[in-house]
Amino acid sequence: MREILSVLESDARATPDRIAALTGIAEDEVRAQIAAWEAEGVIRRYKTVIDRDRLGEDRVTAFVDVTVAPERGRGFDDVAERIAKFREIRAVHLVSGAQDLRVEVEGASMKEVADFVAQKLSGVERVTATSTHFLLRRYKDDGQLLTEPEPDQRLSVMP
Amino acid sequence: MKPQKPFSRVVEACPPSGIRKFFDLAQTMKGVITLGVGEPDFPTPWGVRESAIHALSRGATTYTGNSGLLELRELICAELAARHGTTYRPEDECLVTSGVSEGLDLTLRALLNPGDEVIVPEPSYVAYQPCVAFAGGVPVPVAADPAQGYRIDAERIAQAVTPRTKAVLFGSPSNPTGAAQSAADLTALAALAQREDFWLISDEIYDRLTYTGTHTSTAAVDGAWDRTVVLNGFSKSYAMTGWRVGYVCAPEPLAALMHRIHQYTMLCAPHVSQVAAIEALKSADADVTEMVADYDRRRRLFVKGLDELGLTCPEPGGAFYAFPSIRASGLSSQDFAEQLLNEQKVAVVPGDVFGPSGEGHVRCSYATALPLLEEALERVGRFLASRT
Ligand SMILES: Cc1ncc(COP(=O)(O)O)c(C=O)c1O
Repeated sequence: MREILSVLESDARATPDRIAALTGIAEDEVRAQIAAWEAEGVIRRYKTVIDRDRLGEDRVTAFVDVTVAPERGRGFDDVAERIAKFREIRAVHLVSGAQDLRVEVEGASMKEVADFVAQKLSGVERVTATSTHFLLRRYKDDGQLLTEPEPDQRLSVMP
Repeated sequence: MKPQKPFSRVVEACPPSGIRKFFDLAQTMKGVITLGVGEPDFPTPWGVRESAIHALSRGATTYTGNSGLLELRELICAELAARHGTTYRPEDECLVTSGVSEGLDLTLRALLNPGDEVIVPEPSYVAYQPCVAFAGGVPVPVAADPAQGYRIDAERIAQAVTPRTKAVLFGSPSNPTGAAQSAADLTALAALAQREDFWLISDEIYDRLTYTGTHTSTAAVDGAWDRTVVLNGFSKSYAMTGWRVGYVCAPEPLAALMHRIHQYTMLCAPHVSQVAAIEALKSADADVTEMVADYDRRRRLFVKGLDELGLTCPEPGGAFYAFPSIRASGLSSQDFAEQLLNEQKVAVVPGDVFGPSGEGHVRCSYATALPLLEEALERVGRFLASRT
C-alpha cells in the first residue's frame, strides 16, 4: 500500500487508475486507501513544486533561527504554534543546536521580510533573539533538483 | 601486394550483431523513443560518482593487483553470502573483471577445448554464442518455450546433451525475456549437470532487478556449487555500465585458470571503477531499492499496455525487458522493428537477433522514463491500427 504514496509523492496528479496500473493494486482499493489516508490526515494535501526563479518571480525567503525562553510545563510548543500562525511563515521546525526554532519566512521584498522579523517575529512573547539568513538560490527543493537535468548519453540501440 | 592470408575463420564465420543495423538507422533519426537500450536510464548514484572523483584526485590512476582490490573482493563475497547464501573465498575464488563481458570470455576460454559443446537456452543474450565460438567451442542452442514462461526445462536440455557437452550457459533473470528461473528448475538442471558431468555458467547480472520473487543463485542450489561459475557485475543493478566492472566467482581450480588469462590480457579492471564499486556495495543499497521500485512500476504499466494492444508476453519477473509476441501484426520481427521505427519512430530490437526462437517477438526495454513509455505505447497502438 505504501507504493501508492511513492507514486503520489512524485506525481500528485496521478489518477487512481494510473496508480493501479503502476502498482498492480486494484483501482477500487487505491481509491479507498487514498480516501482513508486523506481522512486520517496521513495525506495532508497535494502540492506543486514550483521553480520560481524560472518564472522570473521575485519573492524573498529567509531562514530565521529563533531563540526562545521555554515556558514551564509547555516547553516550546506554545511559542512555536504562535509563530506558525503568521501568514508570512512558511515552516517552523524545532531543531537541536544553539538556537531553538528554525523558521522560514517569505515576503515580496527584502524590506517586507525584514520588517516582519523586526516587528512581528522578534516581538512574540518569549522570543529572546533572532538570526536571519536570506536565501540566495535554490538548488534542490523537496527532493527535486532544480538544476539542469543530465543529458541521456545512452546510444539508442544496445544489446 | 595486399595481405592474402585469411583472417580468423572462427571470427569471420560469426555474423555481425543483428542489432548493429538498427542502431545505425535509429541513430540518424530525430525524435525517436528508444526501447532498444539494454542499460539503465538512471545515472550512477551520485555518492558512487563522488567517491570516484575523489579517488581520482587522490591518485587512483594505477593498475591494481590482477585479482582486483582485496577490499572489493571481500565486499563482493560478503554480499553474495548475505544475499544468496553462497560462500566464496575472496582470495582465490573471486576475480574482479572488466564487466561480465570479460568474465564470460575468461570462463569459456578457461573451460573449453576445441569442439566442446556449450548448451545455450534461447532466446539468449547476444554475446553468449559468439563467445563460445571465439573460445573454440560449439554453441548448441535449445529453444525455451514462451508458453512456459521461458523456463529452463532440464528435460529439454537433457535431449541436447552429448559426451562433448561441457557446460550450459544462461542468464537469469534473462536478457531478452526477463524470465527469472525458479529454484526448482535450477535444482533439476544442477542434478542433470551432476549426472552428465558438465558445468553451469550462470550470468546473474540482473540478480537485484527482480520483481515477482527473490532471486535464486545457481550456485546456491543443491549440488551446484562445485560446477558453477557465477558471473555478476555492477552495470545493471547500480547503473554503472560505462565503468566496466564486474566479477566472477568459481571454485578455485577453475578460478586460477581464469586468473591466468586475465593476468596476461586485461591485467586488471579499471582502478577507479573498482573504487566506485566498493562505494556502491557500501552505500548504494537504498539507490538500488529506489531504482528497482521505479522499474517495477514501469514494468506493470508497460506490460499491461502491451497486453491491451494484443502484444502479449509472459510476465517478466526480472531485468528490464519485455519480450512480447508480435504475431498479431502478421509481420516478421525484423519488418516489425524496421517499420515501427520508420513510421512511428519507436526503436525496439527484433527478437531474432537473440536466436531463431526469438522470431515473432521484439525486445522492449522499460528502462525508459514513464512519459516516454506511455507515448511509445500510443505510437505502437497507432502502428498496429494502421495495419488492420
Ligand atoms: C545478460 C547480460 N550479460 C552481460 C552483459 C554485459 O555486462 P557488463 O556490462 O558487465 O559487461 C549484459 C549487458 O547488456 C547482459 O544483458
